[in-house]
Amino acid sequence: MKNNTQTLNLPNDQSTWRFLLSEMKPRGKFLTPFNIISIPIILLGLGLIIIRFIKGIGSITNLTQDTPWGLWIGFDVVTGVAFAGGAYVITFMVYILNLKNYHSIVRVTVLNGFLAYVFYAGALLLDLGRPWHVINPVIGNSFGTSSVLFLVAWHFLLYMVAELIEFSPAIAEWLGAKRARKILSGMTLAAVIFGITLSTLHQSGLGALFLMAKGKIHPLWYSEFIPIMFFVSSTFAGLSMVIFEGSISHKVFSDQISEKNHHAQNGIIHKLSKICAGAMFAYFFLQLLVFIHEQHWGLLTTGMGYWYLLEMIGFVLIPMILFIISYRTFNITLTRVAAVMTMIGVILNRLNVAVIGFKWEMAIRYVPSWMEFIVTLAVIFTEIWIFRWVITRMPVLRDSPSWVNKNE
Amino acid sequence: MGLQRRSFLKLLGATGLTLAIGETTHASSPNIEEDAEFNGILYDSTRCVGCRTCEYECATAHQLPEPSDKIAAVRKTDETCNTVVNTFQTEKGEVYVKRQCMHCNEPACAAACLTKAMHKTKSGPVTWDGDKCMGCRYCMVSCPFDSPKFEYHSANPKIQKCDMCAERMKTEKSPACVFNCPNDALKYGKRRDLIKEARRRIYEKPELYVDHIYGEHEAGGTGWLYLSPVPFEQLGMNTSLQQSSYPELTKGFLYSVPSVFVLVPTLLLGIHQATKNNHLNQEEEDEK
Repeated sequence: MKNNTQTLNLPNDQSTWRFLLSEMKPRGKFLTPFNIISIPIILLGLGLIIIRFIKGIGSITNLTQDTPWGLWIGFDVVTGVAFAGGAYVITFMVYILNLKNYHSIVRVTVLNGFLAYVFYAGALLLDLGRPWHVINPVIGNSFGTSSVLFLVAWHFLLYMVAELIEFSPAIAEWLGAKRARKILSGMTLAAVIFGITLSTLHQSGLGALFLMAKGKIHPLWYSEFIPIMFFVSSTFAGLSMVIFEGSISHKVFSDQISEKNHHAQNGIIHKLSKICAGAMFAYFFLQLLVFIHEQHWGLLTTGMGYWYLLEMIGFVLIPMILFIISYRTFNITLTRVAAVMTMIGVILNRLNVAVIGFKWEMAIRYVPSWMEFIVTLAVIFTEIWIFRWVITRMPVLRDSPSWVNKNE
Repeated sequence: MGLQRRSFLKLLGATGLTLAIGETTHASSPNIEEDAEFNGILYDSTRCVGCRTCEYECATAHQLPEPSDKIAAVRKTDETCNTVVNTFQTEKGEVYVKRQCMHCNEPACAAACLTKAMHKTKSGPVTWDGDKCMGCRYCMVSCPFDSPKFEYHSANPKIQKCDMCAERMKTEKSPACVFNCPNDALKYGKRRDLIKEARRRIYEKPELYVDHIYGEHEAGGTGWLYLSPVPFEQLGMNTSLQQSSYPELTKGFLYSVPSVFVLVPTLLLGIHQATKNNHLNQEEEDEK
């Protein structure tokens, strides 16, 4: 697409800066529907964030002494990280199982995962009452090593580094840094192995956070197996996100994608639907086992029981069946429907554990304020802006520049 | 010692910083004062007259606003008051119950805290350190008694809860509430001695008390111990708490971390080696 990116071969500093500055400038049409919706929301979100830092968290959220964690943790962090799980599943398939068919979606998935961690873990800062102490568990003498959150925090940090290394060859290609690219791509396998290990632990760790809230979370969602549930569901949550995001990217950024990869896309989605179905079957079976083991039959006829059945049948079992049907009939549209339903199911599950099922018996329930929603949307939109900026500049969807050795 | 071993293993696993090893082992060594015992407070609701002196004295001692005179049916502690005394109508008439942080032997809040801002001191109180806390409120999520309270309307919010007057104890002999209680409903001392005292009271006047010391086993044992004339569920106390400590619940998960860190990378590397030439086969198939 851009020739200057390919000929630029780490020259003197001045022209690098000029190149970077020119890349900062916005491109393409400005008044797109997405921009028209997202810009006011991002600005409003920024305003609300300023209010939050002046007047305290209570000024824009509905959090109470009884529900200390609301939408920002339950959705932004806990759900957002589950959706970022696609990165470790796809890198596992490509670099560990050596399934090279999926190679064309690795970069975009890793980018997606990396940005998700940066922004959703970043959103955590908004929720921290004393964010200036956020470095305490990283440096200094206050390692709370008995805390699951300590583990999760470190893993977020290290995983961001691992994903940045996995993505860095694309940055090197963008800057035309041939030598750096060679070194960085040599680190990929190590970063992938490290990243998958970290993901195993912190995807389940996000569930383990709630283990001590025994008695506060509705028994249909609380069990000692929450960590395993969170880990297993992060696989198909991530893959559904890959299907969803891939389907949109291929429309929006169609000029970036080579003819070959464009044709490969449908094949990839088709195969992913089978993997999703398998993972969801395992998940559903586990949930069923836990349910039978805990003997909560009586709870099924309560309001929360119907809500549980809706989640388990409506948004796990049915999308699983849809994935199977779509795989057998090569119906890509149906796969996309199933992916969206699966994503709704994962959102429901994470919110049920973290927010809706938390202190379910309280007379006055926590309902997020409109301002919490705006800030959440602002975070998501900002992420999409950055995502779009990277996609249109770096070789993420499009092929690497010609100087890259294709056999790597 | 289990706790230290776990901490050590996890630190090693989570950070991979071998530098930290020396520091952790060093931190666990000065544990010679094994005979140090937790202090606690025994609250005897048969002696409490509901005068709320403890509420006022607690507010003064902690520079909190004076408690309001208007008494709602059942009040809870919040970010402006560390203790409340509630009145319950029971089969034995009016019974008063003082509520505050229970100062667990193995506090969930301290296990939850990733900066060690919540800390169980050697002498018994669970205290909060504002220089370490990052305000994540995971202590509030974890505490089975919902004791920590957060200042939602402050730009520099603090966690508020009873600290058993840890500061005051440097100069005084007992916490403000115990010292000022006009009717001897509160007794401060070694937890072990308080349990003996509570047993003695139950034994001497079995008609006056239910045969249960709340806090002896609840949540693995708490620093505050309660005596009551009626079953504790009638006093709004949570009686469905587990008898073992709450940090136990995450132990299994945390123990698995080091083994995952050793086994998973090995396994992944093994699979990678085994499947390295798969793409060659694939190309062959494509050619056929």
